[in-house]
Amino acid sequence: MKAKHQRLILAAVALCGVAGAGVLAASALRDEAAYFRTPAEVVAGKTTVGEPMRLGGMVAAGSIKRQADGLTIDFVATDGKASIPVQFKGIVPDLFAENSGMVADGRMRADGVFVADRILAKHDERYMPPQMGDMPKNMKVAPKV
Amino acid sequence: MHAYANPTRFLAIAKPLTPWLLGVGLLFVLGGAFAGLTMVPGEAKQGETARILYVHVPSAWLGMGGWTSLAVAGLVQLVWRHPLSGIAARAIAVPGMLFTALCLATGSIWGKPTWGTWWEWDGRMTSMLVLLFLYAGFIALTNGDANGAGGQRQGGSLSRGAAVYALVGAVNIPIINRSVVWWNSLHQGPSITLGGSSIDRTLLWPLGLTLVGFSLLFGAIVLMRMRRIIADNRVAARLRRLADDEGH
Repeated sequence: MKAKHQRLILAAVALCGVAGAGVLAASALRDEAAYFRTPAEVVAGKTTVGEPMRLGGMVAAGSIKRQADGLTIDFVATDGKASIPVQFKGIVPDLFAENSGMVADGRMRADGVFVADRILAKHDERYMPPQMGDMPKNMKVAPKV
Repeated sequence: MHAYANPTRFLAIAKPLTPWLLGVGLLFVLGGAFAGLTMVPGEAKQGETARILYVHVPSAWLGMGGWTSLAVAGLVQLVWRHPLSGIAARAIAVPGMLFTALCLATGSIWGKPTWGTWWEWDGRMTSMLVLLFLYAGFIALTNGDANGAGGQRQGGSLSRGAAVYALVGAVNIPIINRSVVWWNSLHQGPSITLGGSSIDRTLLWPLGLTLVGFSLLFGAIVLMRMRRIIADNRVAARLRRLADDEGH
């Protein structure tokens, strides 16, 4: 009985130690493990012009503008606190749309525009059935770009 | 609980239970897959691609749940020395790794058409990949124990090193769970929380079917593997006895 209790206490103490170390490590990683920077972080000066980085945010409503070459798009990435104009030349994922999340690889230009060389679409945690009343029957549900 | 820690008593229950878990589990998985593919509408933004969630989500939960139960079995083995708990931990490792791999594969297949990439090193994906490697390490460790210089470990159970490894690896489970909350990530936040579900009810119900189904299949695989490990041990013990008899 005694040895069993000793082992239990030892295991519990060791587990607490390991869990504590895990929490400390995770909180130390907090900034480093982030997949992207938000517009507010960029505006706060946490990034360097010309340095490769990843910018994530919502595509502001009504901000997507296509240029005459048909490939280049301009839009505004926002996190509600700050906004960054983004320019990208290439093909965007189907889910890329206004009022929806996106993540862009690229770098800041000196004039404050983020030049992206790759864009990924983010999906939020909501899953909804299509609103059948709003669209003709048998129409494929495609996001608006 | 102590009553079932005896391998003979365990076998008397596990043997008839296995085909039931397997059969009912298959039924639920097939029913859930049918419902998920044909009876519910495609998701509003993603269209048909979102249907893969009926496999992806149960795989993720079982991969994480597998390690959680493996760690609990490791703790019981360390503290109470129940021979069956070590056998259970060894049995859980293989289906746990299988479902973790299935989660990563379906996630990758899903990521390409929605996000635009097969793989990114964000917090959720990286920590889930770490879980896959943890399973591989545990399986290698326990196989080494079973086949190593000491021969079959007593009762097919865990070495102390493997049990400690199981406990330490459990640190990764809350990290996977919180990775999308603590850090900016490409993967979206949790859809199903204690507060409710942000998956609409019309799309949610087949997930219940596949979740129950895959869990039952997981249980069936664990029972089959536990029975196999126990049988292997008995064969090994009998061979040892025979070898001893010939020696006389």
